[in-house]
Amino acid sequence: MSQIPDPESERKGVRDGTRPPRAVVGSHRIEDEVFGRAFDKNIVRRIWAFVEPYRTKAVIAVVAVLICAGVQLLIPLIIRYAVEHAITPGSRDGSALLAAAGAFFLAILVNRVASYMQQSVIGKMVEVVLFDIRRAMFGHLQKVSLSFMDQTEVGRLMSRLQGDVSSIQEFLETSVLSVGDIALLFGIIFVMLWLDLSLGLLTLSVLPVLFIVRMFWLPSARNAFMAATETNSATNGALAEAIHGVRAVQSMDRQQVNFLLYDDKAHANLKTQLTAAKYAQVMVPIVDTLTGLAMAGIVLGGSKVLNDRIDVGVTIAFLFYIQRFFDPIRSLTLQYSVMQRAMASGKRLTEVLDLDIEIHDRPDAKALSPQMDGSIEFRNVTFGYDPKHPVLKNISLKVSPGETVALVGPTGSGKSSAIALVHRFYDVQRGQVLVGGYDVRDLTQESLGRQVAMVLQEPFLFTGTIFDNIRYHRTDVRRDRVIEAAKAVGAHDFIVSLAGGYDAPLGERGGNLSLGQRQLISFARALVADAKILVLDEATANIDSYTEMLIQKALTKLLEGRTGLVIAHRLATIRNADRIIVLQNGEVIETGNHDQLMAMGGLYFKLYNLNYASFDDLAEEQLDITAQRGGQT
Amino acid sequence: MNSHADGAANNPRNPFAHVEAAGWGQGLRTLTRITYMNLRHRWQVAIAIGSTFIAAALQLLIPKLLGQAVDQVRMGEGISGGTVEQALWTSALLLLAVSVLRGLFTLAQNYFAESVGHHFAYELRLACYDKIQRLSFSFHDQGHSADLITICMLDIEGVCWYFSTALVRAVLLAMLIGIGAYMLLSTNLELGVVALSFVPFVAWRSSRTQLKLRATWDELQGRLSVLGRVMEENLCGIRVVRAFAAQAYEMLKFERVSQNALALAQERADIYARDTSAMTFSFFFAMGLVLWIGGSKVIAGEISVGTLTTFLTFMTVLQMPVRQIGLMINAFARASTCGSRLFGFLDLDITIKDAPHARPLEISEGTVRFDNVSFAYPGAENRQILRNISFQARKGETVAIVGPPGSGKSTIAHLIPRFYDVTGGTITLDGQDIRNVTLSSLRRAVAVVQQDPFLFTTTVENNVAYGDPWANEPRIERASESAQLHNYILGLPAGYKTVVGERGVSLSGGQRQRLTIARAMMLRPSVIVFDDSTAAIDAATEQRIRSAMRRFAKDRVTIIIAHRLSSVMHADQILFVENGEIVERGTHEELLVKARRYEALHNLQTRPRDDDGAN
Ligand SMILES: Nc1ncnc2c1ncn2[C@@H]1O[C@H](COP(=O)(O)OP(=O)(O)OP(=O)(O)O)[C@@H](O)[C@H]1O
Ligand SMILES: Nc1ncnc2c1ncn2[C@@H]1O[C@H](COP(=O)(O)OP(=O)(O)OP(=O)(O)O)[C@@H](O)[C@H]1O
Ligand SMILES: [Mg+2]
Ligand SMILES: [Mg+2]
Repeated sequence: MSQIPDPESERKGVRDGTRPPRAVVGSHRIEDEVFGRAFDKNIVRRIWAFVEPYRTKAVIAVVAVLICAGVQLLIPLIIRYAVEHAITPGSRDGSALLAAAGAFFLAILVNRVASYMQQSVIGKMVEVVLFDIRRAMFGHLQKVSLSFMDQTEVGRLMSRLQGDVSSIQEFLETSVLSVGDIALLFGIIFVMLWLDLSLGLLTLSVLPVLFIVRMFWLPSARNAFMAATETNSATNGALAEAIHGVRAVQSMDRQQVNFLLYDDKAHANLKTQLTAAKYAQVMVPIVDTLTGLAMAGIVLGGSKVLNDRIDVGVTIAFLFYIQRFFDPIRSLTLQYSVMQRAMASGKRLTEVLDLDIEIHDRPDAKALSPQMDGSIEFRNVTFGYDPKHPVLKNISLKVSPGETVALVGPTGSGKSSAIALVHRFYDVQRGQVLVGGYDVRDLTQESLGRQVAMVLQEPFLFTGTIFDNIRYHRTDVRRDRVIEAAKAVGAHDFIVSLAGGYDAPLGERGGNLSLGQRQLISFARALVADAKILVLDEATANIDSYTEMLIQKALTKLLEGRTGLVIAHRLATIRNADRIIVLQNGEVIETGNHDQLMAMGGLYFKLYNLNYASFDDLAEEQLDITAQRGGQT
Repeated sequence: MNSHADGAANNPRNPFAHVEAAGWGQGLRTLTRITYMNLRHRWQVAIAIGSTFIAAALQLLIPKLLGQAVDQVRMGEGISGGTVEQALWTSALLLLAVSVLRGLFTLAQNYFAESVGHHFAYELRLACYDKIQRLSFSFHDQGHSADLITICMLDIEGVCWYFSTALVRAVLLAMLIGIGAYMLLSTNLELGVVALSFVPFVAWRSSRTQLKLRATWDELQGRLSVLGRVMEENLCGIRVVRAFAAQAYEMLKFERVSQNALALAQERADIYARDTSAMTFSFFFAMGLVLWIGGSKVIAGEISVGTLTTFLTFMTVLQMPVRQIGLMINAFARASTCGSRLFGFLDLDITIKDAPHARPLEISEGTVRFDNVSFAYPGAENRQILRNISFQARKGETVAIVGPPGSGKSTIAHLIPRFYDVTGGTITLDGQDIRNVTLSSLRRAVAVVQQDPFLFTTTVENNVAYGDPWANEPRIERASESAQLHNYILGLPAGYKTVVGERGVSLSGGQRQRLTIARAMMLRPSVIVFDDSTAAIDAATEQRIRSAMRRFAKDRVTIIIAHRLSSVMHADQILFVENGEIVERGTHEELLVKARRYEALHNLQTRPRDDDGAN
């Protein structure tokens, strides 16, 4: 049997179970739960938009549900008929009973078909609707601006794509059933009043009591449900963090502290769940008491039988109805929390769907043709992730067709940001970025992406084989092109040494490769993309100079006539560049080729010397030059 | 149970294959185990089950009372008003009392059943959390985090409802049918048999459905987790997706896996619909038979109308639970699939843990020693990554490791804090084999600045103090200063209290690396390893960091993995690793004289232009 760790024993290891002042598990940001009413017209309308295409099915399901409710109503009536007309002790006539039984069987046959239809149609339809919602969200997320994505935890988006979508499923399924419940409720009320007005009214008199009780119950119940959802997502968030950060946690031996903190969260969650359960269940005895009252009323009212005002059949029918009467009320009560959850989820979903797409294609956007010259130009570009704090300040630079230009500068000087603009990941605040002579804002993003291939500072690989990763979206590319690219970046040898070679499966994020190897694969991926412009952001930072030199040699042939923009900290990497641009603090401070820059004796000169100078020979003020400025960006 | 873990090791892609391969037997075993674990909450279980019994009994009393009342009404036609009235009042009050009691006991039943479930979930959560933290790197390398998340969230959810929706409901149903059967059969044997005729059908049908649902649950869960993975990787790698304008391709990928899951989800909905409607039908059929046969009996004078009412009301009482059989079966199926996967995970063997006689590490000299170390990653045992690695570093010394990508440098770094166990040779710290000391003391003594840093989504301060959350502010600031980060942090909107994004997206590459360096400094380690941790930092900043480090360097062993020779040239010993072997070693000067590979590197980095055929 599995061992449940005992929190007490865990505690001993951590100074007396006190919580450290600077430790949290799980996300720091508190999700503002959008809990509100159980019914929000706007959200229902948005959800309905997804159901709309399957209207016919929805209608079929609702009709089937109504038929089911009708049968539920009919059964006591049939029984009443049987009791009144067929089942009289000593009666000779069996035909009435036969008719009643026949009607009964017919009714349940209809019920069977209808209930199958309803469940199957609704079940399948809901699944399709869910996938449509998910697709819409996922598709939208492909377009929203990166500045939003930068600030949003993936885990949070995933919980919307998965958890929230599931609450909508629950909601759609129950809402169809609710239609049935409501129909049944009204049907029963109607039939009861029709059977016997005064008995009917007597039964219904308990309803207002129920509503009054509910009115008191609702606000606190809502809070309880809200708290339960909140703590639950907090606990799950902490768990996800533990999974993703497990290596960092283990290497810093934080397990015990984290366990304690997680225990706090999980325990708080347990408490709120129990409170919520209490609130959900407290309605049960109330509804039951009211049922009892109603039944007692009917039985006593049944004494009217003595006065021959109503008959036994009606009494029996009533008793049946009362039993059924409270079922819909009970399930409607339970559905309240489902509805509420669904509205909260719906709100979060629509938030995702409504995210602003800041970067649009213009209506008249042109497609960048592969024949374009491959030039890049920054004209007085000012850009900041936060407009108030520009990261790039009034930058102008030009990369001519076929040229290779290097960007260097201290860390945080804005190099990666500059190349992000070439790709129009973000829009500039002032100035213009031109690719192939066109302002990137006048081009379609798709065509721009096809002509600019990037190797990002952080290699990212997908689950799948090495081949899939190098080829990526170019599904038309043949295997030998993939192998050629791998050879060019010097990855071929290690790839074939893996079990499976090019078809070797990669672990999550390529975890079974070394970082340098991952970088090589993502480099190869950029080569296969076959774009006019190649942007390398520290593409060889984790690769030794010798391998790098081999790559550079192989690339000269491959990249003939293409434009290159290269970022590197190791200046040896870029000394062959046609031109070198030195960025500092978001400004271009020097431009020229290696020799010119060395002659200038500026920042480049100093950086270059540092690259292989001796530590001990360095004067302190030399160290000050860049590091402080770099540190202040 | 440990055999499961061995099975997992042989199959790196899916550590849970053994669970999925198993059929009924495994399912039953899982359910027994879940039941057993639930039963440990003795009091709550007792109250829940006890209340279930009482509530069921009370519920069955209602038809009885109603039948009695109907008969009283009927009889009333012949007898004087007073007594009948009195009898009716008694019946009415009894009905009320029984209903109230039933409500209260149902409340107790539901509440405590749910409570057992929530407590169970709480325990499982802690167990999972603990397991995640303990399982060694090799496990985390082989599985996918999305699958783990599925286990720890959805699977726990799946089993925690087992007690209330499956077990208690089953008990309730069995009770209702059991007591009802007794009552009915003793009232009228023949009619009783008719009334209960649906039971065998439902039992047969539901056990068949249970198996089918279990299989589909299993498969569906798998497909959904593939879908989850596709979405998650897309969002994490969104920059790659954008950089290649591959949105269309990603949508296609999404479409394919989601259609795949959709097909099965629909099939599941259909199985479920077909079964519940069949079961409800068989129940109603029995009710129709009762009406017909019972009616004939009343006509024949064999039973009273009241008795028939009892029978029919009994069937109405059963209507709800029978309709819920579908849900119940679903819950059983879900619990057994989720449970198998969950226990498969919880039962995994932890490969790297304290030895039975492990003692805390004692550092005096602080000497790190590799003795003929060889290593292969678990899961790829026949691919030798390191061969015969031997070197030694004393306190105050710096060892530098250089080499081409994939040569095994990071692997060497990972072996020192025992993220993986060596497959041959030994690593010792001050003469103590690292396998004989406690993991906790070892990892506090050895800090590795990882090649790809992970930052937590919390404040800068909490991130820096991650390894020592009790640290005071000056210490945090000092560490940040050494890592050349202090000034930058002060410039942030909220200074040290600024929240850095997931995986630190809003920091530049170099800023992130410096944050992890500061984090490592906080540990005050005896051995510190910089695994290529200045690659994204410009030379000047790096120099400052290094000169700050030099102040502490004499108290510890420093191991630097780097590609920039200026970072390594002053090391006391430089190791050139190629293909898992140390092929050249010595100081910078020695290597320049005698070592071909190192010299080649050096020339490439120092002498521009004159050596390359690149131009
Ligand atoms: N997505 C983002 N949101 C907000 N700020 C950002 C974002 N990315 C970078 N920054 C900030 O912009 C500045 C410039 O970052 P950038 O990544 O362009 O630097 P870099 O020159 O590439 O540095 P490095 O050499 O360290 O990679 C930094 O101060 C960084 O903190
Ligand atoms: N978790 C893993 N499972 C299986 N194989 C792995 C794993 N991690 C690394 N490897 C393999 O082990 C070899 C050595 O990897 P390692 O990360 O030690 O290289 P490295 O010298 O650090 O390279 P780099 O300079 O690129 O970081 C590589 O061939 C890699 O494919
Ligand atoms: Mg950068
Ligand atoms: Mg490495």
